[in-house]
Amino acid sequence: MRKICFYFQVHQPYRLRTYRFFDIGKKHDYFDDYANKKIMLKVAEKCYLPANRMLLELIHKYEGKFKICFSISGTLLDQLEAYHPEVLKSFQQLAATGCVEFLAETYSHSLSALRSEGEFEQQVQLHHDKIKSLFGYEPEIFRNTELIYSDLIGHRVYNMGYKGMLTEGAKHVLGWKSPNYLYYNVLEPKLKLLLKNFRLSDDIAFRFSQKSWNEWPLTTEKYVGWLNQIGEQDEIVNLFMDYETFGEHQWADTGIFNFMRALPDRILKHSNFEFVTPSEAIEKLQPIAGMSAPSPISWADEERDLTAWLGNDLQDDAFNALYSMKQMMDDCKDAQLQKDWLYLQTSDNFYYMCTKFFSDGDVHMYFNHYPTPYEAYINYMNVISDFRIRLTHSSLLAKPAILKKEKAPAKKARKKTSTP
Amino acid sequence: MKVLMFGWEFPPHISGGLGTACYGLTKGMAYHNIEVVFVVPKAWGDEDQRAVRIVSAEQQTINVKDRSFIDHWSMLTYIEVSSSLVPYMSPEEFLRLTDVSRHDYLDLKESIIAENFSFSGTYGPDLFKEVARYALVAAKIARDHQHDVIHSHDWLTFPAGIAAKMVSGKPLFVHVHATEFDRSGEHVNQQVYEIERQGMLQADRVIAVSNRTRSVIIEKYGIDPDKVVTLHNAVAMGITHRERYESPLSEKIVTFLGRVTFQKGPEYFIEAAKKVLDVDRNVRFVMAGSGDMWQRMVELVAKLRIGEKFHFAGFLTGPEVKRMFDISSVYVMPSVSEPFGISPLEAMQNNVPVIISRQSGVSEVLDHAVKVDFWDIDAMADAIYALLHYKGISNMFAKMGYEEVEQLKWDNVAYKLMGIYKSIAK
Repeated sequence: MRKICFYFQVHQPYRLRTYRFFDIGKKHDYFDDYANKKIMLKVAEKCYLPANRMLLELIHKYEGKFKICFSISGTLLDQLEAYHPEVLKSFQQLAATGCVEFLAETYSHSLSALRSEGEFEQQVQLHHDKIKSLFGYEPEIFRNTELIYSDLIGHRVYNMGYKGMLTEGAKHVLGWKSPNYLYYNVLEPKLKLLLKNFRLSDDIAFRFSQKSWNEWPLTTEKYVGWLNQIGEQDEIVNLFMDYETFGEHQWADTGIFNFMRALPDRILKHSNFEFVTPSEAIEKLQPIAGMSAPSPISWADEERDLTAWLGNDLQDDAFNALYSMKQMMDDCKDAQLQKDWLYLQTSDNFYYMCTKFFSDGDVHMYFNHYPTPYEAYINYMNVISDFRIRLTHSSLLAKPAILKKEKAPAKKARKKTSTP
Repeated sequence: MKVLMFGWEFPPHISGGLGTACYGLTKGMAYHNIEVVFVVPKAWGDEDQRAVRIVSAEQQTINVKDRSFIDHWSMLTYIEVSSSLVPYMSPEEFLRLTDVSRHDYLDLKESIIAENFSFSGTYGPDLFKEVARYALVAAKIARDHQHDVIHSHDWLTFPAGIAAKMVSGKPLFVHVHATEFDRSGEHVNQQVYEIERQGMLQADRVIAVSNRTRSVIIEKYGIDPDKVVTLHNAVAMGITHRERYESPLSEKIVTFLGRVTFQKGPEYFIEAAKKVLDVDRNVRFVMAGSGDMWQRMVELVAKLRIGEKFHFAGFLTGPEVKRMFDISSVYVMPSVSEPFGISPLEAMQNNVPVIISRQSGVSEVLDHAVKVDFWDIDAMADAIYALLHYKGISNMFAKMGYEEVEQLKWDNVAYKLMGIYKSIAK
């Protein structure tokens, strides 16, 4: 049997409030609690609750034959705990069926893998522990923010104890190769790679309700027909998408829920595909080849690169300013600062500063509450300025220890220079 | 003496220095018992009415049956087509045109002049139409209000002044706060230029806010030097007893406050900030204001990687401006072209040492300010650093600057203005 693997990304950022220059040094509440709660409740009603209900029904109906996998960011889990515990409970119910796998990721859906090895590892561990405590489950497979992947990141992930990783089946990396096989990391062949089939994934995630699409409306018959047309040798189809596809990006009245509700039946009856979770796929399949990505790829935009988050001056200045505090953060014991530090790293903050309006602008504007990237940048930098003041202040309070450390080498240095 | 004055904006609804100057001037004139009828395009309902009587052009009782009114309209709508028509129009023509009915175009509900008109872009035909409408109403006001002299501020009100002069025959004084060359560099709008030039030609005296502007008027508009006089601006008395706002920041703050447009030289401020930050991280820069170069300036700051120390505060309202001055250690006005520039005087009133460009009119009246060429970012950075670190000079500038600016009173300006009026009106 050939495999089909569904993975849903579940994430919401902590959005910043309008934080003005005059607030710097005075106010330290950075996040728009009202907007965050409001959006959370809205998305819960439109997507999380009905979609979880639907998936739970499907799992029960097909008695173990229908399987899925989630990656839930720490920032979302924190917001669920604070604003909507009912949603969290419904995820826990799904976890209890044994047909749902949870992936590890960075706690705050951050870009730390691109900047700081130490921060990356800390965040993955933090998320790992969170998943374990909430779902009683030890993730074995890793998924990085926005499916960002490179050979080095994969290698690092393997060293952290994960067996497999999900990423994009980016054309410019795969070339003529098909994403419908299991691959491995070229630096560490023991790390298996599951690649997103972006055509079949995006048919659901992006094109489902597009009336200008010549395949609209999409039916399960048509979709399973496409699955059956896939090369006979191909072993696995990875359908990776945002969970908010259901009910939020594609509203309920587009028929997305009905489509998903009918899809398992159609697949199980009219194709030779079976549902697997990522760790089952890795167990059951043999990797066919190594996939090399010397520079990072992602699942975003046409380019499948990092330019949605990094690369323009606004983003790079903000990113540098943020991570220039990493060393100080390592010595920081203040719980509130640690929390803010995590939330400030969320990739969405940099996404808002993206200036690629023309090709992928529609998607970008949908997720952006700032009128322009310039406002996003200014707001973020004001917050960063205040954060650094607080961090500096807190490290000064812990000064005695630092002073002692610094004094000793200074003496040594002086001795050295005095000896000819 | 009674002055019929045509303005463009009046506090608190101001976008630039013109409203501030008009306000100070009229108050100074009131001090000398000069009666002023100040006309602005639109009364907002909350102007300070102590010093002058505000006549809203819109509030003018427009009676369509009032034949003379329609006559003025028909005449002045004509200048939509050719801006030079009104100045050359003879009284005979004026009378002849009373028979031409053009009032069909008059939409009484329209605001007289677009409220948020920006000086930066190109002018559409509608603006000229509004300027003409304003002139029309001006003529009616001139007829209804007895006056001895007419005073117009900047080109938007020049046609109004000319129209009023045609009605009453009283001497016209046009006051130039900025020329088209200041607003647009060398790429001047010919229509605006022509309206400015006609205003200056028709005027009995042209009043320039600085010697620098006076030269422009003589050289670029070809106006007889004997007719052009310099009358420097002043600054309104600051509120002395008020609570100072304490900065929560440990760094000293260097401020740019003004429209973020070509004329104000914002990029030189950013380049200088970069140079200072390269040697001293213990300082913050603030750019307060908005304008058509704002996005480019944000990008420049990001490109120079100084965003954490360079803040954009947006457009500040009155109390916020005070707050900004309270926490500023240095105020910089790097204008590429500034006919006068009142804002440094406001900074000095708040004991903030200032750096101003030599290309500003205000540099003609100030001694206790650092003067640099706007393009000389090294000198600007030097001066910023010195004022931040060398207490000798910063204390002296704060103290002497305050005293200096106290001498620049609108009362004195109004007194000089009376002399200018009297040189013509007998």
